[in-house]
Amino acid sequence: MQAQERLVFDRPKVLADIPTHYCPGCQHGVAHRLAAELIDEMKLAEKTICVTSIGCSVFLYNYLLVDSVEAPHGRAPATATGVKRSRPDKFVLTYQGDGDLASIGMAEIIHCANRGERVSVIFVNNTVYGMTGGQMAPTTLIGQKTTTCPAGRSREHEGMPIRMAELIAQLGGTAYSARAALNTVKNIRSAKKAMKKAFEVQTKGLGFGFVELLATCPTNWRLDPVKANERVAGEMIPYFPLGVFRDQTAPAKGPAEVEK
Amino acid sequence: MSRYTDVIIAGFGGQGVLLIGNLLAYAGMSQGLNVTYIPVYGVEMRGGTANCTVVLSEDEIGSPIIHRPEGLIVMNRPSLDKFQPRLKDHGVQIVNSSLIDQELAEKDRVRSVLVPANEIADRIGNTRMANMVALGAYVKATGFLPLEAVITSLEKVISPHYKKLIPKNAEAIRAGAECVK
Amino acid sequence: MTRKSPEKIFIKGNEAIARGAIAAGCKCFFGYPITPQNDIPEYMSQALVEAGGEFVQAESEVASANMLLGAGACGIRAMTSSSSPGISLMQEAISYMAGSEIPAVIVNMNRGGPGLGDIGPSQGDYFQSTRGGGHGDYRTLVLAPASCQEAYDLIIKAFDLAFKYRNPVLILGDAILGNMKEAVSPWKPAPVDPAEAADWRLEGAKGRGPRLHKSLYLHEGELAGQNKRLQEKYLAMQAETDFELYRTEDADLVVCAYGSIARIAKSAVRKLRKEGLKVGLFRPVNLYPFPSGPLAELAGQGKRFLTIEHNLGQMVEDVRLSVRGLADSEQFSVYPGNLPLPDDFEEPIKKALAGK
Repeated sequence: MQAQERLVFDRPKVLADIPTHYCPGCQHGVAHRLAAELIDEMKLAEKTICVTSIGCSVFLYNYLLVDSVEAPHGRAPATATGVKRSRPDKFVLTYQGDGDLASIGMAEIIHCANRGERVSVIFVNNTVYGMTGGQMAPTTLIGQKTTTCPAGRSREHEGMPIRMAELIAQLGGTAYSARAALNTVKNIRSAKKAMKKAFEVQTKGLGFGFVELLATCPTNWRLDPVKANERVAGEMIPYFPLGVFRDQTAPAKGPAEVEK
Repeated sequence: MSRYTDVIIAGFGGQGVLLIGNLLAYAGMSQGLNVTYIPVYGVEMRGGTANCTVVLSEDEIGSPIIHRPEGLIVMNRPSLDKFQPRLKDHGVQIVNSSLIDQELAEKDRVRSVLVPANEIADRIGNTRMANMVALGAYVKATGFLPLEAVITSLEKVISPHYKKLIPKNAEAIRAGAECVK
Repeated sequence: MTRKSPEKIFIKGNEAIARGAIAAGCKCFFGYPITPQNDIPEYMSQALVEAGGEFVQAESEVASANMLLGAGACGIRAMTSSSSPGISLMQEAISYMAGSEIPAVIVNMNRGGPGLGDIGPSQGDYFQSTRGGGHGDYRTLVLAPASCQEAYDLIIKAFDLAFKYRNPVLILGDAILGNMKEAVSPWKPAPVDPAEAADWRLEGAKGRGPRLHKSLYLHEGELAGQNKRLQEKYLAMQAETDFELYRTEDADLVVCAYGSIARIAKSAVRKLRKEGLKVGLFRPVNLYPFPSGPLAELAGQGKRFLTIEHNLGQMVEDVRLSVRGLADSEQFSVYPGNLPLPDDFEEPIKKALAGK
């Protein structure tokens, strides 16, 4: 290597060098990469046990080269509890989508957080069931059309979309809860910082770490990737504000705690 | 023929029928017998009555549940009403005559031993030992186990914290035995 | 089994299971309250923690079974206990554990059903236990103790079998076994080998490639291959038969019953023997795999059968399959909701015997 050549971009060691099965413009790949970078940077690879979930990210174990166990739909936080309680010396990570975490797995995520399990949860919110073909999710926005709310979600009929990061922040065992987005480079950088915190509260034994990542699903949104990114900024962020909703590593800030 | 007996012990919740069931079982164990103890719980317990079944046997025990027992300790009226008709012919029942009209106890088909358990326990110092009085009477009336086996087993069912109560309970067991002619 | 300690303790079946599990090296217990098995989590919440283990009261049986999946994937001896409605909720995770070959021990103190049923004893979950119970084609080993000592012994065996076959193992008891007290010798098995599961447990990919436990197989031929492997495993499990024979040598009629019902049937058989009737008892200890061979042997000797169960007739199907071509089995049910009484068994036994 020449002296003037400096490697500025490389593939994280725990990220497999294979193409993913994700659709063009999908941001699961970005979220995977951020997780992989952090596992490398924090030197967690040799002690990580990842609990995968059901949804588009079901094949996470093909991309993230760490020990993994596949949990049933929505149960990853319970499975992660079993992993962490039996091996408290390991770094335990779950990665769940909005249907998995905020619908069928609502009880498991709430209680896992409330017990303050020392695990880190990455929650990808793209407002739709991707794998099964674009059905309504608990985070589907009002007015958003899906294959199971073809007239658009309404408050009267389907209820309001659930804001998970805020909900999780309310629970006693949560040490960190934040929402970030993957639609711009700036937001991706913030997302990585938030994920790092969610990992650190575990490695420091402080409690439950949670990061919600707003992401695109161009295929099921029927948008091209650029338009999908615009939708994140224009429609999602106004309803799902970015910020940190609980951070036990930071000094208390009072009511204005939420950082925009 | 190998030795075998079974008994249903019944009364109000709080009369200590489960405690003396356990005590009897421990006494049987101390004599090298096989024992089973099963409390009846569920709907029957909600009505305020409690009962348990104890089986003592030289042989391996089959059913821990007995419908028609050889022995009965009934501490209150509802228990007598319920279990007396099920007592085997020539069976032995201890009837707490402090709380049950003695006229209600069958005389010919079975052997009824009337024991004013509450009064005797009162005299010794505490009504709550009526269960021990009744058990003493049962052990004497059946002669299946030595009384001393029951008394030495008291430490198994009374927690160390209440150890000082053991002599009084022993006295109650003996007083019950003395009621039996 | 190794030697028994001489000191006997007088405990409930539920407590025998809890103590046996700790002796077997159980490190994690996950559970949710339900009658009639609450003594187990209550005991574990103290004793297991004192023994250095982890106890978690989960938010539901769904969660406790999935916690079990997580601990099992790490090669840790872990268990849950519940009763029928709770076991129904666990079937999802049990299917996943069977599919991804994760060991676990699950105790079902069977209560009356269907639905909420009652809290009394029942054997209504025989089919659910022995046919897999959840979705997909799989089996779990099922052990059915009939005494408090056997409950202690079999939970120890259950952990060994779970790890031997990397498969969930069920202990199937009922409200009688759980609440009955008997003398138990609390023997100690050899300590768990620290290298147990070392070749597959998840512990971080250090000095090796990553490991994965999953039950999703989408590529062509993959799932069929996995099912074939599972089938081979279930065939290998057939060696694990355990049963008790009581006075069957000269019996004309063999009563088939398991668990608490078997011991109640034994009382009836013993009594009828005293009356000179040639009856015996066959008690499967393992319900899956079902001890078909020994039953067929009895059928081959010209004996006839009566299956007595605390359900509407479930194990009788396994008895009939076992003796097919040689004999049949009469069937007598105690309806869940009724307490089984030995006196009630005498008439049907006499009738089946006279049917000759």
